[in-house]
Amino acid sequence: MKQLLNADQVQTALETLYQAILADIPADLPFAVVGIRTRGETLAQRIATRLADDHPDHFVGVGVLDIGFYRDDLSRRRGAPLVRATEIDFDLDGAWVLLIDDVLQTGRSIRAALQALLDFGRPKTIRLGVLIDRGGRELPIAADFVGASVDVPDGKRIQVHLAETDGEESVCTVKKD
Amino acid sequence: MAKKASAPSRKTSKAAKAKKKTARRKPRRPSATKATPPPAPSAEFVWRRKDLLGLDELTAQEIVHILDTAESFREVSTRSIKKVPALRGKVVALMFFEDSTRTRMSFELAASRLSADTVLFTAKGSSVTKGETTVDTARNIAAMGVDIMVVRHSQSGAPHLLARSLPSISVINAGDGSHAHPTQALLDIFTIRQRLGRIEGLKVAIVGDIAHSRVARSNILGLRKLGAEVIVVGPPTLVPRAITAMGCQISHDLDDVLPEVDVINMLRIQFERFEASQFPSLREYHIQYGLTGERLKSCNPNVLVMHPGPINRGVEITSEVADGPNSCILQQVTNGLAVRMALLYLVSQGSE
Repeated sequence: MKQLLNADQVQTALETLYQAILADIPADLPFAVVGIRTRGETLAQRIATRLADDHPDHFVGVGVLDIGFYRDDLSRRRGAPLVRATEIDFDLDGAWVLLIDDVLQTGRSIRAALQALLDFGRPKTIRLGVLIDRGGRELPIAADFVGASVDVPDGKRIQVHLAETDGEESVCTVKKD
Repeated sequence: MAKKASAPSRKTSKAAKAKKKTARRKPRRPSATKATPPPAPSAEFVWRRKDLLGLDELTAQEIVHILDTAESFREVSTRSIKKVPALRGKVVALMFFEDSTRTRMSFELAASRLSADTVLFTAKGSSVTKGETTVDTARNIAAMGVDIMVVRHSQSGAPHLLARSLPSISVINAGDGSHAHPTQALLDIFTIRQRLGRIEGLKVAIVGDIAHSRVARSNILGLRKLGAEVIVVGPPTLVPRAITAMGCQISHDLDDVLPEVDVINMLRIQFERFEASQFPSLREYHIQYGLTGERLKSCNPNVLVMHPGPINRGVEITSEVADGPNSCILQQVTNGLAVRMALLYLVSQGSE
């Protein structure tokens, strides 16, 4: 395991991400934040808390998406880890929806998340925010807001550690298993 | 009858042996199982089975994994678009060698909410009446490119036979003879957990024709594995003594049992399987073992009343109780859909 970002650098990346979102958020639309399990959920909670403070009038809610049933590799996978419930208990129709994940690589999770999200309603706009963009896209998907871009070789996997789930804040690379 | 009876009893003793084994092992590490809360290990756990034949072969952790997955699928049924693409492009064959309406529709709907295609086979008016064997029938349908078979059969062990004969296909047991009905037991356990918040430490009464009931057998196995106490109740002619080998107690007096239980699962009296000698009349059965409003008064006020359906109103249960606030009979049906979605999804991901 090799550390890419320490706690301070994670904080800086998060702040960059937040400021980019803040600059783009529409003044006249209801907006919601939806995080992809598990780290995306934590990040979405943090971002939503601040956005709700800064723009209390249009904030409709924060949700969490489990994309387990929407993955495109279901037929090649062996074994089924637990898929948790998706929790979006507000109306997405006509809203400005911010989708949040921790790491963007192939874009396949985001494709699945978009399909899942559209089963819940018809948002006016969906924007994507990620803490780390590591390159290596396999689908034509790009993030609208990025905390930090890093260059990581193909054989490595990125792990984001957050205080709520891991007891510390860091971004590391580990060997792919 | 003699031939029919021998098959289930062999199965029972086999299941009983397996149960004994776990029962003997259990006391050795009670603290280990109690110390870990069920949801935590389940999050790390990965499902590997390609078939679901009975609860005897599952570990407590696997059962909890099914229940937790079903919880996620329950949410899907509350959406405006009640469908996820998890089984897109897969084919589920519903092989109903024995009649069923509820279970068949539940599986059919579960498959369609997962975006799978379904084909239905019923024994009536099929090649079975022309003399084809069960395995040949299944092989022919498998040859059309089926991924999962849901099997209901009047002969105990038929789904196991098909799972062995068709190694590349997932088989789910939707009820075989008097042997097992794992999906019914899982939805019962799911409903108990949903209503009462736990399984461990609960006292569950299963009342009725225990001898012929696959629902009773599967419920006993599942409930015992998750740490509940089970009392089976019925007339001596319908409660085989050997059932205690599965780890449950026996009572022939319903009034004696009611005040101490948390859950009452009333089985259907199956007219079609009865012989005149087993009990005098439906009226007498109702008087001794029917769940009435009067009897319910002696229970814990939060007691959960269950029934796998179809109900014989006025025989094993009165309308007052079946439609009353303690009843969760329709909730069982709703939950059955989520549990079957979970099982179809899990076996499709399994690879043993």
